[in-house]
Amino acid sequence: MTNTPDRPNPDTVSRTATDPADAAGEGVSTRSARSTTGVGADAAGEGVVLDGGTYDRILEPRSENRLPLGDGLWHQLSRNYVWVRLISTVAFLVLVIAAALVASLVLRLGWVWIPAGLVVVSTIWTLVILPRQARAYGYQLREDDLVFRRGILWQRMVAVPYGRMQLVDITHGPLDRLFNIAQLKLVTAAATTGVTIPGLTQAAAERLRDTLIAVAETRRTGL
Amino acid sequence: MTNPAAVADVRSPLSDGEWHRLHPLTPVLRGGLFLVVVLGIVITNLRDRIIGWLFPAVADWERYEADPVDYVVSNNLILIALVVVLGVLLILLGGFWLSWRFHTFRITGDDVEVRSGILFRTHRRAPLDRVQGVNLTRPMVARLLGAAKLEVVGAGLDANVKLEYLSTANAEAVRADILRLASGRQLARAGDAAGVAGAAGVAGATPRGRAAVAAVSAGLTGLIDGAEQPVAEPASVVHIPAGRLIASRLLSGSTLWLVLLVGVIVVGSILGTPWVLFTLVPTVIAFGAYWFRTVTRALRYSIAPTPSGVRITFGLFTTITETLPPGRVHAFEIRQPLLWRGFGWWEIKVNRLSGRSASDAQAQQFADVLPVGTRDDVERVLRLFLPGISVEQWQELVVHGLLGPRGGADPYVTTPRRAWWLRPLSWRRNGALLTPDALLLRHGLIWRSLVILPLARLQSIALAQGPLDRALRVAGVTAHIVAGQVRGSVGALDRDNAVAVWQRTAAAVVAAAASDRSHRWDAEPEDAGDVDADNAAAAAAAAAAVAAVAPADDAANAADAVDTASGRERDAVAAVPAAGVISDDGGERG
Repeated sequence: MTNTPDRPNPDTVSRTATDPADAAGEGVSTRSARSTTGVGADAAGEGVVLDGGTYDRILEPRSENRLPLGDGLWHQLSRNYVWVRLISTVAFLVLVIAAALVASLVLRLGWVWIPAGLVVVSTIWTLVILPRQARAYGYQLREDDLVFRRGILWQRMVAVPYGRMQLVDITHGPLDRLFNIAQLKLVTAAATTGVTIPGLTQAAAERLRDTLIAVAETRRTGL
Repeated sequence: MTNPAAVADVRSPLSDGEWHRLHPLTPVLRGGLFLVVVLGIVITNLRDRIIGWLFPAVADWERYEADPVDYVVSNNLILIALVVVLGVLLILLGGFWLSWRFHTFRITGDDVEVRSGILFRTHRRAPLDRVQGVNLTRPMVARLLGAAKLEVVGAGLDANVKLEYLSTANAEAVRADILRLASGRQLARAGDAAGVAGAAGVAGATPRGRAAVAAVSAGLTGLIDGAEQPVAEPASVVHIPAGRLIASRLLSGSTLWLVLLVGVIVVGSILGTPWVLFTLVPTVIAFGAYWFRTVTRALRYSIAPTPSGVRITFGLFTTITETLPPGRVHAFEIRQPLLWRGFGWWEIKVNRLSGRSASDAQAQQFADVLPVGTRDDVERVLRLFLPGISVEQWQELVVHGLLGPRGGADPYVTTPRRAWWLRPLSWRRNGALLTPDALLLRHGLIWRSLVILPLARLQSIALAQGPLDRALRVAGVTAHIVAGQVRGSVGALDRDNAVAVWQRTAAAVVAAAASDRSHRWDAEPEDAGDVDADNAAAAAAAAAAVAAVAPADDAANAADAVDTASGRERDAVAAVPAAGVISDDGGERG
């Protein structure tokens, strides 16, 4: 296994791959070579599929005490994911404001601004942190398990052995389709696993699903 | 110890792969409650009329208009009314009879199937290699009629296959068959095992019977033991005296709340609002009912090893016997509430797939593996589930896990001193330890608890860190297991240690899952792969082995071999030399 806990990088934003030679731009060939060591799928062009149009570095908390990135290659979300989330969040915001306006002007209910204000403030806060959150998502295809990480303020890393996956679920709504992204959800027998990778490109989601199912098939175990 | 000449086909006629019907009294037992309710409604509505008949003077002042009975009597429709009632009864009986005719089950080598319904047919099939356990429930009324309910527990919500009702003897036979088929065990060994179980049962039946006689009168004994044949039950490894059971329930946390509540109410009534005293009545009644339920539920508790897993029996009125094959428990928690510490009592709760949602009242019941017991009882119960624990390991578990931390050498990874205020009392105790086949999580100084998570059952593992954790350079580890009462998380560990635990556990889980064989827990191990395909159990084991290493098409072939193997088990008896000891159930968990 390549994954031993290492000292965190002193940079605020570390490279996706800790190997400095594997820089984002030229790294396509090295990437695919490395990911073959990961899952062992036919990976000619897997790097392109999984990493096409995605972010190339994982955003981490500034503190030294954060959870380390570790070795291995982190795949990330599509850049379009932020746009989808921004559009849907702004739409929600507009809806809330419109409803509050109607209620206060037409129905003379001044107090609606108290709950509406709370919702508006929290939604705007979501908008502000959204781009940063999107960069903090990452997943790694290791030899026997998938590692998923998310969050900056509240960091979370989950390792899911391939053999434990009960099903892989892909969803995409109309807006997602417009931006060519999809959401992939891993389901294990434990409800608390909660690994949902939002905002993969559709090609990446399908490739990932097929890879995961193929790999899970060879490592199938009991519950 | 195996005598090939004595090997018989232990398969009962009910599990020969053909469709069979349930107990003929099934409609009565299932519809019994319904009939009682209808009768109750009728009696309630006719109450005044009955009183009127019995005491005409009392009821005279009350007169109803448009009463259907009056209407029938006054219009001379008695005959028609009787015919209608008779017709309804006939239709009901016919419906019951039809539903019984259409309710059939079949047990093949690979799954248990139930078909039911007259208009809307339901066909439910449970694969045997995903069987999580078999429960034999004997409700009060059914016991008097010698019937029992069999429930094959599957993996999932509402995934259970129920056979209600079978005669007790049939239910026992079907349970044994299902467990044997699910285990992938060879017939030769199964026959042997049945003999041993029977022998153990003879030994175990006597003291229990005597205790019952001593406790209650003969008539009550009949009620408690039911009208069933004496069942070959193995002897329990743990005996809970009734006094300890009742005391332990009285010393639970809820009692503290009750005392507190009563105190508050009494003080409140003294201080000027006497009417609040009346709220005591419903509270005390509710608590009384709660105690009664918890105590009766845990009475007659017994836990014993059988060839097909651990068998737990409990319940005074409704007796539930569940059989847990090896490797079906996803998490153990050994807890000691504060008030039990003086007595040295502990309880064991488990997480397992019970086929029920967590909110189900019975789910809690199935979580209690040991309601209350001493440290020796805990050891005996744990050894049933985890037979691989050595004496040293157990000592270590007690010294460090249950009672720890003791002295300087604490193997657990704990909360560092700098983060003590995140766990102000328990920071020395709060910790985790990864052993070769389990992850141990230790919590609580006041309410001691030790969580044991077998690695072969762990679903995934997470590492989490919030802003406060980050400031203190600590992190939390959460092991994801199937839903239940036991939670597998420990917080505020040193960051580097937590990462190390997470990494090592993730790797160990993969290794443990790869070597886990408990879905066909008694099948021959991989090296039986070269035995010819007629060997049913070996084929099952080979299917597992092939699935682990070969591409999908090979695995499918192997699965086919298992499919066809069930029909040829007779051949397997001759083909395979009987071998081994029975007591190695779940040995791979060691």
